Amino acid sequence: MQIDTRGLSCPQPVIETKKVLDTKVEQATVLVDTIAAKENVSRYAKAAKYSVEVNETSDGWSLELHKL
Amino acid sequence: MNKTLTSLVKSSGCAAKLPAKELEAVLASLPKADDPLLVGGYESNDDALAYRLGDGRLLLQTVDFFPPMFDDPYVFGQVAAANALSDVYAMGGKPAICMNIVCFPSCLPIGDLQKILQGGQSKVAECGAVIAGGHTISDPTPKYGLSVTGFVDEDKLWKNDSAQAGDLLVLTKSIGVGILMTALKAKAADEKYTNVALKQMTTLNKYAQEAVLPYEVHSATDITGFSLLGHSSEMALASGVQIILDAEAIPVLDGTAEYAIQGYNPGGLYHNRDYIHERVTLASELAQQMDDILYCPETSGGLLLSMEATAAKAFSKASGYPIIGRVEAPIEDRTLITVN
Repeated sequence: MQIDTRGLSCPQPVIETKKVLDTKVEQATVLVDTIAAKENVSRYAKAAKYSVEVNETSDGWSLELHKL
Repeated sequence: MNKTLTSLVKSSGCAAKLPAKELEAVLASLPKADDPLLVGGYESNDDALAYRLGDGRLLLQTVDFFPPMFDDPYVFGQVAAANALSDVYAMGGKPAICMNIVCFPSCLPIGDLQKILQGGQSKVAECGAVIAGGHTISDPTPKYGLSVTGFVDEDKLWKNDSAQAGDLLVLTKSIGVGILMTALKAKAADEKYTNVALKQMTTLNKYAQEAVLPYEVHSATDITGFSLLGHSSEMALASGVQIILDAEAIPVLDGTAEYAIQGYNPGGLYHNRDYIHERVTLASELAQQMDDILYCPETSGGLLLSMEATAAKAFSKASGYPIIGRVEAPIEDRTLITVN
């Protein structure tokens, strides 16, 4: 499952991530293009009990979330 | 779908300030236009400008406006006005004359504009000041605020560059507004928390200022978009001192920590951290959410008052406003703020 939040300002990236994690998916990839979105989505995912792996991309970061 | 005030807004409240780093570079490139009547000169980085009138009084001038962070137009008008008026209180002055500054989109009901202006007017009236006109333009993103003119006797002026080693710091409102408003925008916030934040934001700093008038204040500023750490570091830098804050003594609005843990931080929080973290030393055991809250943009925040220790203790005891830290002589490295 991929969630593209590029171009969105806070709190929209967290809202979009929450919608997906609320369906209890095992794994999701979130694309972000601001530090605020990277940090906030990481915080949300950890609070929702997902592990977070951050990878740099050409225009931001890709966050790999896995259910703990 | 009916459009609401915040549906047209990307960043809101004092969190909508342009990042300080970007602004500073532009301002530094402009020619300096100094005038001996301007207190502190052109480069003074205080809450309002202070201009000598020649009779011992100073004219204080400030302007502040921003997009709404919630949908109630009347309360938004009150918050924006209280925030703009605060800059005059933070200089020790009394607001006298205000003008409205308004951006309003054609797609919103005109009744909303009326309510925003009524809200603003109610706060100006509460100050004992008057509103005389203003300027309104059509703009896709609504914004509201005031230009405020106030007065203060020159010997009663509070500046942000005169904190002294040995002073204690008193803070008159709790912090965390930007995080609560971001959670509200995400519809993740509990009303019992946001209502307290709204009440605090509509509370004029007039009352804190009046309460402290019997005591001597060495230095003052108000806590707005650049966060508690941002505005404290401005005071420390301008005064040539360092500031030590006690994390446990800093009043934080209920709910804020929970929403910071869940990632409901405004973008401005990260701009603030980027701008000043090199001048800040945080205790290693400080929780991540408290680290976030200290950089949180505030809207219509409280006064930060630097006072001689005995006076600060007496004022804190009488008013209930907490002492959150102390002022010390500067140290060799670049640290302005230490949080224990």
